[in-house]
Amino acid sequence: MSNQGMKFIDPHIHMISRTTYDYIAMKRAGIVAVIEPAFWLGQPRTNAGSMLDYFSTLVGWERFRASQFGIKHYCTIGLNSKEANNVKLADEVMELIPRYAAKEGVVAIGEIGYDDMTKTEEKYFSKQVEFAKENDMLVMVHTPHRNKKEGAIRSMDLCEDHGMDPSKVIIDHNNEETVKVVHKRGFWTAFTIYPETKLGNKRMVEIVKEYGSERIIIDSSADWGHSDPLSVPKTAKLMLDRGISREDVHKVSYQNALACYGQSGEFNEKDWQDLPPVDFSETFSGNSIRRDGNIPVVEGDDAIGEDIVIE
Amino acid sequence: MDQSIQPHDVKKIRSTVFNWLESRLGEKPLAWLTQKGDLLKGKPEDRQLYISFSAVTRHTGKKVIELSDEELNQAGTIRQGWNPSGWSADQFGRIFLILCYADQEKEEFLDKIEKIFISSDWGEAEALYRGLPLYPYPEEFAERTAEGVRSNITPVFNAIALNNPYPKDYLDEVAWNQIVLKALFVGSPVYKILGVDERANKTLAKILVEYAHERWSAGRPVSPELWRPVGPFLSEEFEDEIERVFSHPEHIQKQAAALALISSNYPGKNKLTEKYASLVEEVKNSDLTWDDIGRELE
Repeated sequence: MSNQGMKFIDPHIHMISRTTYDYIAMKRAGIVAVIEPAFWLGQPRTNAGSMLDYFSTLVGWERFRASQFGIKHYCTIGLNSKEANNVKLADEVMELIPRYAAKEGVVAIGEIGYDDMTKTEEKYFSKQVEFAKENDMLVMVHTPHRNKKEGAIRSMDLCEDHGMDPSKVIIDHNNEETVKVVHKRGFWTAFTIYPETKLGNKRMVEIVKEYGSERIIIDSSADWGHSDPLSVPKTAKLMLDRGISREDVHKVSYQNALACYGQSGEFNEKDWQDLPPVDFSETFSGNSIRRDGNIPVVEGDDAIGEDIVIE
Repeated sequence: MDQSIQPHDVKKIRSTVFNWLESRLGEKPLAWLTQKGDLLKGKPEDRQLYISFSAVTRHTGKKVIELSDEELNQAGTIRQGWNPSGWSADQFGRIFLILCYADQEKEEFLDKIEKIFISSDWGEAEALYRGLPLYPYPEEFAERTAEGVRSNITPVFNAIALNNPYPKDYLDEVAWNQIVLKALFVGSPVYKILGVDERANKTLAKILVEYAHERWSAGRPVSPELWRPVGPFLSEEFEDEIERVFSHPEHIQKQAAALALISSNYPGKNKLTEKYASLVEEVKNSDLTWDDIGRELE
């Protein structure tokens, strides 16, 4: 099944956990740009140095790795809610954030928010929203797995209490329940298509049918768990198959992410439109090695495969 | 390190860089750079240093600054061997800010610059390593440079290895040899490594010949440029290898073999010079240089 010539942005994906095969598959499926939010690693960090190297990876090595496959890589910087509960770690990481927040390609403070909704989580969530406000940055909010609706409401309240305009805040990992309260308050409403624990894409189709495409964004949040880096192109295809207009599909799988994160000044369409096309003709002594380290990738018609439903 | 290196005047470089930017950037980015520069010359908080250094691209953009021949000559005068052609506006901007911060005490300066290196993003790392020849206390940056050479990000490695006089001036032989070997390994043009001829050495020649053997065993091509630093250390020991290059079907490989042979001076070289007389003559008569070979490969 083809990507029908559409281009996609995956505005939430943890590429450091993904293989080069994923990058190739994503490129072939039409993904042109990704945003990698700073998050936890599955294994808890026990010192701030671990976070420093992680932030450096996001703005350095991973950015380079993506570029080899013709994909533009951006990131958000922040202390996630889970690790915010380790106060010593959290205080030290808060000192690191200003060292990374103003860097090129850092599009927001995130993903931050609540996990278990402890007081400590709230303290560091609040501090980071304050930092974003002071520095005129966007905020990407992770809503909790458990008690999601209350978590979403409290997150929005907290952002507004700090004077954040809803147009500068992305509430992520929504579902049928939270969309009701998030969308009408004017926040960017993001949905993670992730098998089993989050949202399947048949449900996503129904949400777009009901709420339309304004301020709605889809992403994969693919990481080290059982997840799918082709969630966005697959869901786009499923939407087209089920009668959603191409224009609406384009908005939720590309244009809205661009409009939203474009507000940072660090996320511009020309960044990926200006990328030199992958060139196979360059050869060296008869062998196709590239001097700039780029790896040839063919954009193909069979990029997504037949099985596009994510349960 | 090379004792003949002239100490450079950091303040002069700083003002020269600013003058170049002055005629090319708009009023707003210049005002921003001036303000941040003054801040960093004074008593800035750490976070002001980090944030202003990181924010440079947001103000200057990333356009390449085209310097005139006169300006490039000036560069080579204020810092021997410095050639900033191809530098972008943000790279000049970042180096300008670092050189403003150089007004701090030595310990403070070195400590903060190392922290900036450690948390640098891809673009910052390129700028920081390109700026190596310009910093005060240059001998203090040798280890940092060797660490940068280990970078897996090819453009960051290239920022050190190519068109940069710092490595030849300050790196020891082990680190130097690593640059040349890695350049070949990642496919970076050897002719752009400043000092590639003057710092050639016997140990490096052996390492490179070993590397050629590995490539041959794997059925992979060997860059003709590999033989450039090997040439002056050719001896009977490497005759089989150089004959193998002479018999390569590609003409550029044969030319490389001839250039390597010409640059050698071991007693028995006449035997090969006679055997491959027509190639040797051709290369001599055409004034072919290693740089021509390197350019042709790019």
